[in-house]
Amino acid sequence: MIIPEACPRLSPKAKLRVDKKTGQKVLLYPEKGLILNPTGARILELCTGERTVAGIVEVLAGEHDAAARDTIRTEVTTFLQRLFDAGLVRTEQD
Amino acid sequence: MEDRPYTLIAELTYKCPLRCVYCSNPVDFAEHKDRLSAADWKRVFTEAEDLGVMQLNLTGGEPLLRGDLEELIAHAAKLGLYTNLITSGLPLTRERLVALRASGVDSVQLSIQDVDKVASERIAGRESYEHKLAVASWVQELRIPLTVNTVLHRENIANVPAIVALAERFGADRLELANTQYLAWALENRDQLLPTRAELETARAQASLARERLKGKMEILFVLPDYYSDRPKACMTGWGKRYIVVTPDGLALPCHLAHTLPGLQQESVLERPLGEIWNDSPMFRAFRGDDWMEEPCRSCERKTLDFGGCRCQAFALTGRATATDPTCGLSPDHGLVERARETAAQLISVDRLAPKPGGFRYREASRASRAPR
Repeated sequence: MIIPEACPRLSPKAKLRVDKKTGQKVLLYPEKGLILNPTGARILELCTGERTVAGIVEVLAGEHDAAARDTIRTEVTTFLQRLFDAGLVRTEQD
Repeated sequence: MEDRPYTLIAELTYKCPLRCVYCSNPVDFAEHKDRLSAADWKRVFTEAEDLGVMQLNLTGGEPLLRGDLEELIAHAAKLGLYTNLITSGLPLTRERLVALRASGVDSVQLSIQDVDKVASERIAGRESYEHKLAVASWVQELRIPLTVNTVLHRENIANVPAIVALAERFGADRLELANTQYLAWALENRDQLLPTRAELETARAQASLARERLKGKMEILFVLPDYYSDRPKACMTGWGKRYIVVTPDGLALPCHLAHTLPGLQQESVLERPLGEIWNDSPMFRAFRGDDWMEEPCRSCERKTLDFGGCRCQAFALTGRATATDPTCGLSPDHGLVERARETAAQLISVDRLAPKPGGFRYREASRASRAPR
């Protein structure tokens, strides 16, 4: 579950790279890939396994607009939950 | 979107210790010898990456039979390709798996034929089950992302819950429950493999329940057989749009069986750069777009979704590669598929009354041989 205290990180099966044809960041996993928009790519860069979801929201609020913190929180949580459900992001320590 | 390849399927060899009755290699696989050196394959990977490829499937046959596999994986890793090793697990030692991991393999896909030794080996045509269990435990222990692949058919489709349990025990990240598609060797054995619609629906429901339960832990894919789909699948997501297959003898193809289609000039990566073959070869251009389509595809609104289905299936069943895929309910040849389903259902009821062993045609170099060893 993506809760504010969770420390998300990429699952071992997922790998980030740049699509050299488009310049977009892509999240690769077995036989598939997810094209990321710049926000999605930035969120995943911040998923170090040590930073909390709340911490990621703070960083993004600092980079964009601190007043939009609630919107950012919703976006980050929705995005990470979707990737978590797909097994591409993990939160437990193993 | 512009046609560009995302995935290179490198069929490193057609040789394999197993003799699976649904093998997707062409029936004349033995005619296609291994003709690419390590240097050739590395060049192909580099050329593919230049075209935009990011995914590399190392498959066969059995890719482990290439002694230079580690060297190939290391090159792919250097290129930033996502490398998926698709294997039967034979022959593999723990030591070699350690070496493959060190070379940079990103994930391993292991085939498991069924959930017990007798049933598995009846399909694989040789002793293999215990070794596969050992391989799965090494993959888990070495923390290499694992996909378990089980091809579903009449004899194992009732075992979906047990297959899921086995994959959970292995700590798999992903379980691919892929129904047999009836091409190549599977077409030879279709009457013995095709399940009934009721069996398929039960299995599908079981897979959905497991998918929900394991959300976030294990991804579960359930691939329908074309024979029970009302409309055809977008085979390879369209001819020459996203995939390149390179065969052991160096042919660059839009799909695994394109070299079984008559009248298409076959070109080799040993003779022409991959980019030229992708862009300009008659093989890759043959079924791009919709100029080649017959009716009912040509005027069908779904033609941009399914691209007329599978060309190899159309050819295998009708003798015409340009025909609408007969698995489509709109195809004038759909009766061929309906009859196959009826035959299978009749055979199943006979079989259930008086089960008889054997009857499969095992993958073999010679077309003449039919009996299992």
